[in-house]
Amino acid sequence: MNKYGKFAILMAIIVGSLLWLATAGIQGSQTYYKTITELRQMGGQAQSRHVRVGGDVQGNSIKHEAGLVTFNLVQDKEILRVAYEGRDPLPDTFRDGAQALADGKLGPDGVFHAQEIQAKCASKYAPKPGMAPDGLQPKAPGTTTSAAPNAMRSSL
Amino acid sequence: MENVGALALLLAFCISLYAIVASVTGRLRNKPFLILSGERAVLAVWLLVSTAAGILIYSLMTGDMRMAYVASHSNRAMPMFYKFAAWWGGQEGSLLFWSWILSSYGAVVVLTNRRKQQRVMLPWVLAILSTIQLFFLTLNAFVVSPFQVLAVDKVVTSVPDGLGLNPLLQYWAMVIHPPMLYLGYVGFAVPFAFAMASLISKAPGDSWIHTTRRWTIVTWLFQGTGIMLGSAWAYHVLGWGGYWMWDPVENASLLPWLAGTAFLHSVMMQEKKGMMKVWNMVLIAATFFLCIYGTFLTRSGIISSVHAFAESPIGKYFVTFLALGIAATVWLILDRLDFLKSESELESVVSRESSFLFNNLILLASCFAVLWGTMFPVLSEKFSTEKISLDAVWFNRLMVPIGLFLLFLTGVGPLFAWRRTSLESLRKNFQWPGLGMLIVVAGLYAGGMRYPYSIISLGLCFFVTATIVMEFYRGSNAISEKTKVGLLPAMIELTHRNTRRYGGYLVHMGIVLMFIGWSGHPFNQTAIGEVNKGDTMHVGAYTLKVADLTQGETPDYQWDTAILDVSKNGTPLGTLEPTRRFYKVAQQGTAEVALRTRLNEDLYINYAAREGDKATLQAYVFPLVTWIWVGAMVLIGGTLVCLVPSKVARSYARTEVVGIAREPQKRETPVARQDS
Repeated sequence: MNKYGKFAILMAIIVGSLLWLATAGIQGSQTYYKTITELRQMGGQAQSRHVRVGGDVQGNSIKHEAGLVTFNLVQDKEILRVAYEGRDPLPDTFRDGAQALADGKLGPDGVFHAQEIQAKCASKYAPKPGMAPDGLQPKAPGTTTSAAPNAMRSSL
Repeated sequence: MENVGALALLLAFCISLYAIVASVTGRLRNKPFLILSGERAVLAVWLLVSTAAGILIYSLMTGDMRMAYVASHSNRAMPMFYKFAAWWGGQEGSLLFWSWILSSYGAVVVLTNRRKQQRVMLPWVLAILSTIQLFFLTLNAFVVSPFQVLAVDKVVTSVPDGLGLNPLLQYWAMVIHPPMLYLGYVGFAVPFAFAMASLISKAPGDSWIHTTRRWTIVTWLFQGTGIMLGSAWAYHVLGWGGYWMWDPVENASLLPWLAGTAFLHSVMMQEKKGMMKVWNMVLIAATFFLCIYGTFLTRSGIISSVHAFAESPIGKYFVTFLALGIAATVWLILDRLDFLKSESELESVVSRESSFLFNNLILLASCFAVLWGTMFPVLSEKFSTEKISLDAVWFNRLMVPIGLFLLFLTGVGPLFAWRRTSLESLRKNFQWPGLGMLIVVAGLYAGGMRYPYSIISLGLCFFVTATIVMEFYRGSNAISEKTKVGLLPAMIELTHRNTRRYGGYLVHMGIVLMFIGWSGHPFNQTAIGEVNKGDTMHVGAYTLKVADLTQGETPDYQWDTAILDVSKNGTPLGTLEPTRRFYKVAQQGTAEVALRTRLNEDLYINYAAREGDKATLQAYVFPLVTWIWVGAMVLIGGTLVCLVPSKVARSYARTEVVGIAREPQKRETPVARQDS
């Protein structure tokens, strides 16, 4: 066999085994990003797939019950009941009104069983361009709320 | 003030445009004065961008709360150090920082390349650099200006105090991590500009490679250091005990580094054998565009990540710039294919050439895999309308075997001869390291280790270490016999004679040490416990007794500290004090983890939460993790050695190398082998 044939075979073996590694069992590594509405429409699939949903934590909905934390996630007026079953303690930023991402699976009872929760204080999201840095409004101490909410950025 | 800054950016934009036009017309029409004015325009751009940057820094330092950027990323109570770091703490500032580094690099290129022979290429280099500069100045001046002021109904207003820098970023490694990464990201623009300039001007030979070799190594060093600092920050600050989670932003920094590593290896093929010329062009272009892509990924928020950056309008600008840039580069390379003809051919599968080839294949494959995994949410949304992300398990399944194969090549590659390797030399070089590796593997298995990847990794680590030690020993032994000096001075002499080769071995050694660190991963131990004051919890061989839980407050934050008496197998080891802080202004908590670092393992304790007198503690034992940081240090040291000029004047005559491969006995005189 000529040398280029040998090279071709070696490279094919390497690339082939990498492709195999990349595709084999990819299903188990996939997380589907869904809105609460989409999650409801998934039907039976929602219970077998790993899903990530996002939304705001509904005020006064966080309950600690027997080592389990449950809360309501709100997105576009749709409410999803979430039970957190992960090992790690919940982040400090997880509180009423925070924006949260929950990773897990939907149970047959319609409760979302999350293994992982990420949370962001709503105020720490950077402002959308052209709008006031919304974090400045409620959080900056001493800011008179009369002026700041109307604050507009004027660009030079 | 802010008007001056904005004006400076506008002027810089115009002058960059002028620099492009002047350099190109000057070169085409052969007008030396026009070319000179182009060079000076590049210096002027540096001056103007520096002015703008200076004004932004001044505003941050003095706390000018009229400015939106200052109010969002700084506050009055912050230490000066962090006020300065706020320059790159937000999007507008960090893009200005990008621009500033690029303009400084441009100025350095002008000042260091005034020699005659570079003059043919220099106008093109400056035109390309100025084009990139123009793109970033467009963003700075028109899209995300750092000089916006807060206003109500067109009346400029100010807030009493700012939001402050994200508390998670208030850590020393995080302060120097972005500048390091940016120095790397931006730095690859220069070799790219030289490569393209040599294509445009059809400059003879490999002068672009020789001119930018040091530059590339320095840039690669910055990039690598930046990645490692980010990793160290994650480990020390985020409190989850990991150092890498295949987060999109981490991946964005890794991509150009992988491509750059492939480039650093394959240029040797061009220098020595005149091969892979097209490939090198493609690699340096890929590295550069991955740098731009990395900036785009971190700054556009296209993929959600722990580095929560907001969605912003700059995405489409980056996509346009990337599309145009890549199209132009591809066209240029295709148009000049004749000029990039290879001077020699591959001869054998078992040769240095082929080991470089496989090294490149693997690095590029890993680059592609990381890119694919990172972009998967975007791609899947485009093609299947479902947004799907891939987790760290997927990345590890792919990247661990890739890494091990690379490690294997690290061991064998440098010992293969050019062109083809004889069986005799294979036996001579690999007999003992190979045998040693088998013994290590068997020993680990007999010792009860059952993680195949860790066993293979540690075996290969031994193998590579043995080959490197052998190389050093053979070389310095030859010198010490000839000149009658001790082995250690001979080793220094040896390294000094060919810094790139032996510095390169040190870099490989650093990588080996990092692999040793990674091999400890499957042996991590975790315990999470809710413990009352006076109670104990266990992790691995350690016992943690909660001696006290204390609280307090500073103007910046509230703090909670757990005082733990630590003992291992009954032997007291003193106290550890993990702390959590809650920053008042930012309304955000941070962890100050307690670490007991030893070479064999780290004890890592995170104080996760407190309810009354009950503390939630996460305790981990991480075996061997320190070796990752040690390896990083060795890697940096080795790279610095590569940068020291070699003592023996090097010639690049390609005929020199050919004969040596066949005569193994000559291999012991490293002087003859030059830089391999």
